[in-house]
Amino acid sequence: MQKALKKYFAFFALPTLLAFLISFVIPFLMGIYLSFTKFKTVTDAKWIGFDNYIQAFTANKEFINSLWFTFRFTVVSVIFINLFAFLLALLLTKSLRGTNVFRTIFFIPNLIGGIVLGYIWQLIINGVLYFFDVTITTDPNYGFWGLVVLMNWQLIGYMMVIYIAGIQNISGDLMDAAAVDGASKGQILRHITIPLVMPSVTICTFLTLTNSFKLFDQNLALTAGAPSRQTEMLALNIYNTFYGRVGYEGVGQAKAVVFFIMVAAIAFIQLYLTRKREVEN
Amino acid sequence: MQAKSKIRNTFLIALLVLLSVLFLAPAFIVLMNSFKNRFSIADEPFVFPTTDTFAGINNYINGITKTGFLSAAGYSVFITITSVAVIVLFTAMTAWYITRVKSKFTSGLYYAFVFSMIVPFQMVMFTMSKMANLLGLDNIFGLIFIYLGFGAGLSVFMFAGFVKSIPLEIEEASMIDSCNPIQTFFLVVFPMLKPIAITVAILNTMWIWNDYLLPYLVIGTKYRTIPIAVQYLRGGYGSKDMGAMMAVLVLAMIPVIIFYLSCQKHIIKGVTAGAVKG
Repeated sequence: MQKALKKYFAFFALPTLLAFLISFVIPFLMGIYLSFTKFKTVTDAKWIGFDNYIQAFTANKEFINSLWFTFRFTVVSVIFINLFAFLLALLLTKSLRGTNVFRTIFFIPNLIGGIVLGYIWQLIINGVLYFFDVTITTDPNYGFWGLVVLMNWQLIGYMMVIYIAGIQNISGDLMDAAAVDGASKGQILRHITIPLVMPSVTICTFLTLTNSFKLFDQNLALTAGAPSRQTEMLALNIYNTFYGRVGYEGVGQAKAVVFFIMVAAIAFIQLYLTRKREVEN
Repeated sequence: MQAKSKIRNTFLIALLVLLSVLFLAPAFIVLMNSFKNRFSIADEPFVFPTTDTFAGINNYINGITKTGFLSAAGYSVFITITSVAVIVLFTAMTAWYITRVKSKFTSGLYYAFVFSMIVPFQMVMFTMSKMANLLGLDNIFGLIFIYLGFGAGLSVFMFAGFVKSIPLEIEEASMIDSCNPIQTFFLVVFPMLKPIAITVAILNTMWIWNDYLLPYLVIGTKYRTIPIAVQYLRGGYGSKDMGAMMAVLVLAMIPVIIFYLSCQKHIIKGVTAGAVKG
C-alpha cells in the first residue's frame, strides 16, 4: 500500500505543504535571518550582526518593561485562574442540581474573541473607576489588574472543564474505599483527588501560562499599552516596534526571536514534565 | 445528617447562582448600555436606561453603518467556514499520507508541523504579511490559503494521532478491492476520521472567527471581519462613539452564543481534546 500511495504525494500532501511553506516555513527562516540585518522592506537587508538584539534591550526600557509586566501578569493569572477553576470544578462534581447549566454558563466567555472581551471590560472597569474620578489608563496598576480580571473571566470556565474531566476520571471505588477506611473529606481531597488530578494541573498550568504570556488582542483593546506604554505586554511591544515607526523593523524582528525562544522554552519544559510523568506511570 | 447536607447543598447552589450572575453580568451590562444614548454610557454604565437616556435602536443603526457590520459579518462567516472546510479536508489528507508513507521526509514533515505549533505569531507576522503582499495573497482567497498554512500544525498533528489508531487492514482490504488511494481515502478513511474532524473543525472555527491580527495584517481594513470592524470603531474615530461600540459588541457576541448553544457538547469535547494534545 505504501508504494501505491507514495505516487499520490502531489494530491494528498502538496496543497497543505505549499500553504505551510509560504505562510510559515519561509517567513520563519526569513525572520531569523532578518533579525541580524537592518531593513525596511525585506529586500534591502544589510547584515549587522547582533546589533538589533543589543538595541532591543538597551535602546530604551520599553522592552524590558514589557517583559517584566508580562512576567508579573502571567504569574498572577496562572495562580488565580487555576485556583478558581479547580474550586469550581470541585463544586460542580458534587452531583448538585443544575450542574450542567452552571458549567455551560461558566464556559461562555471563553468563546468570545479577545478584541470584544477587551472592550466589554473597558466599559465595566471604567464604570467602576468613574466613582473615583479616574480611568483605566490613569495608572498602570489599573490596567494590570484589569487584564488579570479579564483573563480570569475568559479562562476560568475553560480550565474548569479540564479539571472536571480530570476529577471524573478518578475511580469512584477509590473514594469509597477511602471513605470506608474512615478518611475525612479533607484527607480524601489531599491524598486522593489532588494527586490524581495532577495531569490536569500540568495541562491547565501550561495552557494558562502560554495564553497569558502571548496575550495580544485583549491587551490592545483594553489599554493599548496606556499610560505611556506602561501596560504594554511583549506581543504588543513587538507589534509596536514593527509598525509604530519606520526604521525599527530589524529590532522588532530581533525581539520576536527572543519572544519565540522564551515561548519554545516554556513548551519544552512542558513536554519534559509530561514525558517524565508518563514514564513514572 | 440528611437535613444538614440538604442545607449545605442549598447553600452551594446559591453560591453557584451568585457566581453565574457575576459571570453573565458583563455581557448584560453591555446589552443594557447598547440601548442608552452615547453620552450616558461612559459615566453611568450600571444604570438602566431611563426615558431620558433610552436610545431605542439608534446605536445599532449607527454601529452597523459606521463599521459596515453586515458585510463584516458576511466576510467573517465566509472566511471562517471556507477556511475550516479547506483545513479539515487538506490536513486530513496530508496527515493520512505522512502517517502511512514512512520515510525520513514524511517524519521530518511531521516534526515541522508539530514545531510550528509552538512558534508565536509575532515571530512570523512581519515576514508573512510581506510575503502575502508579494505573492498577491492579500485578498480573501489568499487569506484562506494562509489559514491552511497556519492551521496545518495543530490539525495535521491531531489527525495523525487518530490515523495511527486505525488498523491498516481496513485500508489494505479496500486497496485490494481495486480502489486507488484517492477512492480509499474518501470512501473508507475519511468517514472513519469523523470524530476527530469535528474536533479539528471546532478548534479552528474558534480561532479563525476571533482572529484579529492575521487578517488585519494580510488584507487590512479593505475586507473587515468582525474583530477588525470592532477595533476599527475605536481607531477611526477620535472620540469613539460608545453607543455604536456597545451595539457592535452585542452583535459580535450573538453568533458566538448561538454557535455555542447549538453545538455545546462538541465544543466542550473539542477543547478538552485539544488541550490534552496541544
